[in-house]
Amino acid sequence: MNIVYVLWLRQLKRFVRSRSRIVGALGQPVLFLVALGFGFGPIFERAGQGSYIQFLAPGVMAMTVLFTSIFAGIELIWDRQFGFLKETLVAPVPRLTIMIGRTLGGATVAVIQGLVVFAICSLAGFRASGFAALPRALAFMALIAVLFTALGTAIASVLQDFQGFQLVMNFLVMPVFFLSGALFPLSHVPRPLALVASVDPLAYGVDGLRSALIGISHFGAATDLAVLAALSAVSVAVGSYLFSRIQL
Amino acid sequence: MIRVQDLTKTFGELTAVAGISFAVEAGEIFAFLGPNGAGKTTTIKMLTTLLTPTSGRVEIDGLDPAVQRNEVRKRFGIVFQDPSLDDELTAYENMDIHGAFYRVPRRLRGQRIERLLRLFDLWERRDDPVKRFSGGMRRRLEIARGLLHTPKILFLDEPTLGLDPQTRNQLWTLVAQLNAEERVTVFLTTHYMEEAERVAGRIAIIDRGRIVAQGSPQDLKRQTGAETLEQAFLALTGSSIREEDASAVDRMRSMARMWRRR
Repeated sequence: MNIVYVLWLRQLKRFVRSRSRIVGALGQPVLFLVALGFGFGPIFERAGQGSYIQFLAPGVMAMTVLFTSIFAGIELIWDRQFGFLKETLVAPVPRLTIMIGRTLGGATVAVIQGLVVFAICSLAGFRASGFAALPRALAFMALIAVLFTALGTAIASVLQDFQGFQLVMNFLVMPVFFLSGALFPLSHVPRPLALVASVDPLAYGVDGLRSALIGISHFGAATDLAVLAALSAVSVAVGSYLFSRIQL
Repeated sequence: MIRVQDLTKTFGELTAVAGISFAVEAGEIFAFLGPNGAGKTTTIKMLTTLLTPTSGRVEIDGLDPAVQRNEVRKRFGIVFQDPSLDDELTAYENMDIHGAFYRVPRRLRGQRIERLLRLFDLWERRDDPVKRFSGGMRRRLEIARGLLHTPKILFLDEPTLGLDPQTRNQLWTLVAQLNAEERVTVFLTTHYMEEAERVAGRIAIIDRGRIVAQGSPQDLKRQTGAETLEQAFLALTGSSIREEDASAVDRMRSMARMWRRR
């Protein structure tokens, strides 16, 4: 337990100390919020869908959590190349403990970033439906964060270096984000797209956040919660398995 | 303290370690010498639970590293060939995490960290992030960290690679001192013959995965009729440059050819 805490704390310290990364990671959500939010706002409203900022903000929060947590997981490659991984692997500590500490640390960082974006969205005019919304949104953010940190760790356990990273970004992270319904409502899209979205884990995260924050839901909050919880469990299990098989 | 019998490791077609046997007694300093790609690091990895042997027996303090992993891990400290510190954390934090991994009780941990950091001349810089440390300071910190949990054995895999003569000298003085005072068994690999000769009681020379000679530095010189250990080493392993290097050169040559063709 103590070791999980130590590893968790390590991730947090690394996060707090790399200010440029914090600011850099906020650039993208702000850009999405401003360019898309204000850019498409008028059209969205004319189509009778209400305020686009209200609709988009939960999507942008989900995006932030997705990117930060995938990165936190993939950071394992960094540890492999700069050596700290070896220090953890020769320590008399079960691999599962190490994996859990890392995942919780990375997930916490991702949730913090998500909350910062929540604050920025509020500045840009986003209004959550009430105070009860926040703890529920937090729960969804935590699930998204755990799911994708563990997924990132699983991927990083298999990759040897950053060569494959671009591949992961273009063929996994980007599609997961763009097809999740973070930017558009899933209710009227063509069937194939709806089908793809329904197998996109982030779609349930975005939908869960939206139901928590503005009371709009496509799949239903209970479904979102169940799917995310199940997928998180699977991804932590797969991540732990692949992590335990790392040989140096 | 370390007993190895017919230890073999193959990676597919390649045999990295081909049936080596040796023993290291408690309190001894034992050096493993060999050209690049001879199997030194592979052997260390098998002794330190990072790789499982293809065949053969290993005993660390009477335990099998492939089976009783965590028990074996508690018994050794290791300094890797390449760095294994967390650059973003301070020297003290790196030590502290290590102490937590090895379950050194909190009070004792603080005391030992201070003692080791003072011994290695790093106490004044304890709150600086490791990324601001020089190569020599990092090495010292790694050794200090490897000793935090009072291991019985210290593995040093080319610990002086890339260090200047002053730092190397200081480092070996410390290792010899620790060995004398705390009776830590030391298993080291190096490329520098004079270093091995200076600190090691016994030396094994490994080449192409086999041990070609072992004994005290004097024994090895006598066996080959050489004046220096370096000559003895060359007499035993030949003076041809190893495949690893050769193939890297080959790759560069073929690349150069490609460029010329354009």
